[in-house]
Amino acid sequence: MTVLKKQVRIALRNCGVIDPEQIEDAIACDAYFALGKCLTTYSPDEVISEIKTSGLRGRGGGGFPTGLKWEITKNVESDQKYVVCNADEGDPGAFMDRSILEGDPHSVLEAMAICGYCIGANTGLIYIRAEYPLAIQRLKIAIKQAEEYGLLGDDILGSGFDFKIEMRYGAGAFVCGEETALIHSMEGLRGEPTVKPPFPSVSGYLGKPTNVNNVETFANIPVIINKGAKWFSRIGTEKSKGTKVFALAGKINNVGLIEVPMGTTLREVVYEIGGGIVNGKKFKSVQTGGPSGGCLTKDFLDTPIDYDNLVAAGSMMGSGGMIVMDEDDCMVSIAKFYLEFTLEESCGKCNPCRIGNKRLHEILTKITEGNGTVEDIERLKELSDVIKDTSLCGLGQSSPNPVLSTIANFEDEYMAHVKEGKCPAGQCKSLLRYDIVEDLCTGCTLCFRNCPVGAITGERRLPHFIDQSLCIKCGVCFEKCKFDAITLT
Amino acid sequence: MTKIKSFDELRKIKAKIIKTSGEANSPNSLIKIKVGMATCGIASGAGEIMQVLVEECERQAIDVTIKQTGCLGYCYAEPMVEVQIPGAEPVVFGYVDKNRALEIIGKFILQRKPIEGVIPVSFKTINELN
Repeated sequence: MTVLKKQVRIALRNCGVIDPEQIEDAIACDAYFALGKCLTTYSPDEVISEIKTSGLRGRGGGGFPTGLKWEITKNVESDQKYVVCNADEGDPGAFMDRSILEGDPHSVLEAMAICGYCIGANTGLIYIRAEYPLAIQRLKIAIKQAEEYGLLGDDILGSGFDFKIEMRYGAGAFVCGEETALIHSMEGLRGEPTVKPPFPSVSGYLGKPTNVNNVETFANIPVIINKGAKWFSRIGTEKSKGTKVFALAGKINNVGLIEVPMGTTLREVVYEIGGGIVNGKKFKSVQTGGPSGGCLTKDFLDTPIDYDNLVAAGSMMGSGGMIVMDEDDCMVSIAKFYLEFTLEESCGKCNPCRIGNKRLHEILTKITEGNGTVEDIERLKELSDVIKDTSLCGLGQSSPNPVLSTIANFEDEYMAHVKEGKCPAGQCKSLLRYDIVEDLCTGCTLCFRNCPVGAITGERRLPHFIDQSLCIKCGVCFEKCKFDAITLT
Repeated sequence: MTKIKSFDELRKIKAKIIKTSGEANSPNSLIKIKVGMATCGIASGAGEIMQVLVEECERQAIDVTIKQTGCLGYCYAEPMVEVQIPGAEPVVFGYVDKNRALEIIGKFILQRKPIEGVIPVSFKTINELN
């Protein structure tokens, strides 16, 4: 069978290839060769210039040019600097970083050492959530083995460069993926963000210049050094180079981890790599960027995926969660789901995020319960704009995105909820109504016997009735009826 | 373990590792079996599959190397087992339960007959790109 190879594995190059607990396996696949090359043949400035030329941008969500970040941190004078790996992966349904750390921890360790060499840091810290026990275990083994081989520690490969890596554990708070909150958490303080500037590259961990990069960003570095910036920059689009790892989830046949060149279209991802929608249902939307992103409609299926196109389409790259939705998903409920997540995860420090998101959630709840008005939709938009403009950190500044993008792309669904009191996808229970069609009901009593709340009445062999004031819309009668006598509207 | 003192030494160690483990496609090397043991694989029962494979190869005295590896990305088809017969392209099997694990050894490895559950590899490696 010929399979079109739409995927290219750069960050995931060794995942599924090597035994992550055997450094020899990794060395056989060129692990630490890029570090060796940097230490023996390149100056820090040359490495930074190579990373800049490659066009690599941060894979954690923001898309900031990696080489530039390194350069800024390098140019700050300090007796002590730090390299931090942000492994606080928190988007619902995302597991890109976990897979890289579990499958190829050495690629990240090597890249951190390269970064340390460039910016002038001798200490690397990996901030990882404690709910990733296997990733933590494999990282610890990898660090130990690299130290035994002298690939981390003092005088690496006889170059005089020292670099050690330590682990820091987070409790799994979404806001700690934001770099200032992450640094505070590592310092033992509350995981709350602070205003930037100062940026961590100037004043970060313990007040020292700190370079924070995401796991996937680091995993790309050794390949750029080994293969060259030109090789890397040939992959991707004009402004987004290389590949992106996505965690493909939701109503899709081939749920899994994929890595595609930037510029691949959503259609290729959903239908060719993802194998299409489960049960042949109709595609409705793709959510990218997690709680900070948005929902894209079928109109965007042929849009090449890169940082800028996704922002222009009202969503964002984010860290790489990609959730596919079909015709049975209610977009108002989806927006509500993400808001619930944000409410849980908001640190509460600034008012717009703490209170604003709460109000957004209340309005969405009102709409899904059938009590919304057209004015509520306007109120949602207005409040969303205020939250975006006035929140302290990225969490609040992006939290209304799922609401705004669903209103922009699925306004008819919001209108059906508030004007007609209907949920087109049939998900909002309060808006459902089950009725028995008298002519079709044979009076078999099956629904009567199965109704959990006794909302159905009627004599044997005579038509039955549903008392709407008692009905909890569980749908049991609808499923049990053998004569299609129950309608759902 | 002695520390590696130079980049040259690292190159030599790599060459030595590849020599001892056998070139991937050399007809003289051992059959290699890999089991996807990331969180996704383990949650789907890869640990048990690994055990079945090890025990069955021991019982039938088949000379193979079996090792764990990370995630290949086909989460929908976990647990995954990759078999590389020397001189041939590696084959990836998905949805591996105990029966299919035994079939992989009994039919695919010993009799070299095709079996069901092959997952087509849908990605290019960095070495396939110029």
